[in-house]
Order: sequence, then C-alpha cells, then structure tokens
Amino acid sequence: MNAFWVATIGTSVIAFLLKYTGHNVPERIFSHPKVQAINTLIPIALLSALVAVQTFTEKSKLMIDHRLAGLAVAVVALLIKAPFPVVVISAAFTSAAIYNWL
Amino acid sequence: MSRIESTTLRDSFSVSFTVGAYGTAFGAAAVANGFSVLQSCLLSLLTFSGASQFAVIGVLGAGGGAISGIATASLLGIRNGLYGVIMAPRLKVKGFKRIVAAQITIDESTAVALGQEIRGEKAMRQGFWLTGFGVFIFWNLFTLAGALGAQAMGDIRVWGLDSAVPAAFLGLVWPRLKTNRDRILAITCVVFALAMTPILPAGLPIIATAFIAVAVGLRV
Repeated sequence: MNAFWVATIGTSVIAFLLKYTGHNVPERIFSHPKVQAINTLIPIALLSALVAVQTFTEKSKLMIDHRLAGLAVAVVALLIKAPFPVVVISAAFTSAAIYNWL
Repeated sequence: MSRIESTTLRDSFSVSFTVGAYGTAFGAAAVANGFSVLQSCLLSLLTFSGASQFAVIGVLGAGGGAISGIATASLLGIRNGLYGVIMAPRLKVKGFKRIVAAQITIDESTAVALGQEIRGEKAMRQGFWLTGFGVFIFWNLFTLAGALGAQAMGDIRVWGLDSAVPAAFLGLVWPRLKTNRDRILAITCVVFALAMTPILPAGLPIIATAFIAVAVGLRV
C-alpha cells in the first residue's frame, strides 16, 4: 500500500473517530478556555503554513514563480470579499496565464 | 409547510449547495497533488471535512509522508469533535443514528443548527440533519466532477491548479483571522514553515506550526 492509500484511509478513520468521540464525551471536558483558544488557533497555524508551503516551495526548496501571482490575486479577491469559488478560480486563471505566456 | 420549516429548508439548502460546490476545487486539487480519482472520492465520503481533506492532499503533494499528512489533517479535525460535544445533548440520538450524526458533524451542519436554535428545538434538529446530508451529497458529487476534470487536464500548471490549492487554503484561513493575535500567528507560521522547509523533511514544517498555536493558546 503506497503513502497515498495510507493517508486516505488513516485520515478517514481518525476523522470519524474524532467526530464520534465528541458525541460520546461530557461537555464539561472541553469547556476550558485554554482548550477553546487552542482549538481556534490550530487551524490558523496549519492553514497559514499550508498556504506558504504550497506557494513558495518546490521539493524542499524555496521558490518564487507563477504561483505568487495567483496568490496575490486571491488576496485581492478576498479583500473585496469575493466568494470562495471566485477566489480559487481567479488565482488559477492568473497563475495559468503567467505560466503559459511568460 | 410552516414558515419555520421553509426558513430552515432555505438556510440548509443554500449552505449545502454553495459549500458542496467547493468540492470541485477539492477533487481537482486532490488529483493535481497525486491522488487518484477513487482516493479523492473516498476522502470526501469518509473523511468528509474540507480543511482536513485539503490538508492531507497538501502535505502529500508537497512531498510529505503519510504520517505527516494524517497528523496535520487530524489536528484540523479536532474541532469536529468539539462540535460533537456541543451537538450530542441537542440531538439526543443513540446507536446507528449517532454514528450517522457523527459523520455529518462539521462546521456547516453545526453552524446552521445553532443558527436555527432561536426558532426552537425542532428547527435546530432539522437544520442539522438537512445541512449535514445536503453538504454530504453535494460535496461528494462535486468532488467526483472536480477529480474527473483534473484527470482530463494533464499538466496542472497549464490550468493554474497549482495555485488553486494555496488559494483554497487562503480562502479557508482568511475568515478565521479576526484579531491581531490571529494575524500575528498566521504570519509567524508562514515565516516558520518557509524557514524550516529546506531543513526539515517535507510535511514537518507544516505540522510543527501546531505547537506554535498551542503555545499561543496556553498564554491566553
């Protein structure tokens, strides 16, 4: 079994166990403010890191290329409060245009 | 149909369809990052949590191992567990129904349910089930469409898909950046992940940022 299958199945099993466990534990365990704060901050940390790595790296090397233009357009789209599909599509379109014609 | 029910139905459907449509981006991104169409569809059916799904394909697409991918996705999935804690006493279901409820406990079903709560317990439950099943159906259909589309494309860079993935992550994190603390954390994690990329094995620079989040959270 290759890494992609391990990741697919492993992620799915743990995702369900996390959801199901939540339905079976008393509410007070997770009411601590520090737990709530960490739960809000972890997605911010991981998603920000993913944005950076997916935009500026290629096989463990830092790199600036057409993806930066795509990301810049996504930032503009978000600043003008465009809906999610517009953010993604405008980034893809810009990136493709630069990759194909420059 | 009473007025309460049509409001719940409208809220549930509009959320289900718009969120479900993002499945196209996931399906396309998953295939672009090396997952098969079958694996992409299984992730949407079984993991069924957008941020976790994008994370696992993002980590493996960047060259990370299965363990890093699973760990990153699972850390993002913890919040679904917290939603389960909130929803369980409200839904009051057992056995098989509880298993089904757990699988569709995500951002959207919880948000719509809590949003309907002012209209009473019945509307709250309807909101949860309608939105949960609605997002599930559309998310999976659109994932398949996106995955098949990307498979037909060939070189993903020609179509800009290599930028669609980070743009999707940005779209997911953007609404979460509410305070200066959030923004400083985001920038710190960007700098940290990039600085560690040439040093640590792929995937680890991403998951290591969770520790920064924990450190910040403990200071609250």
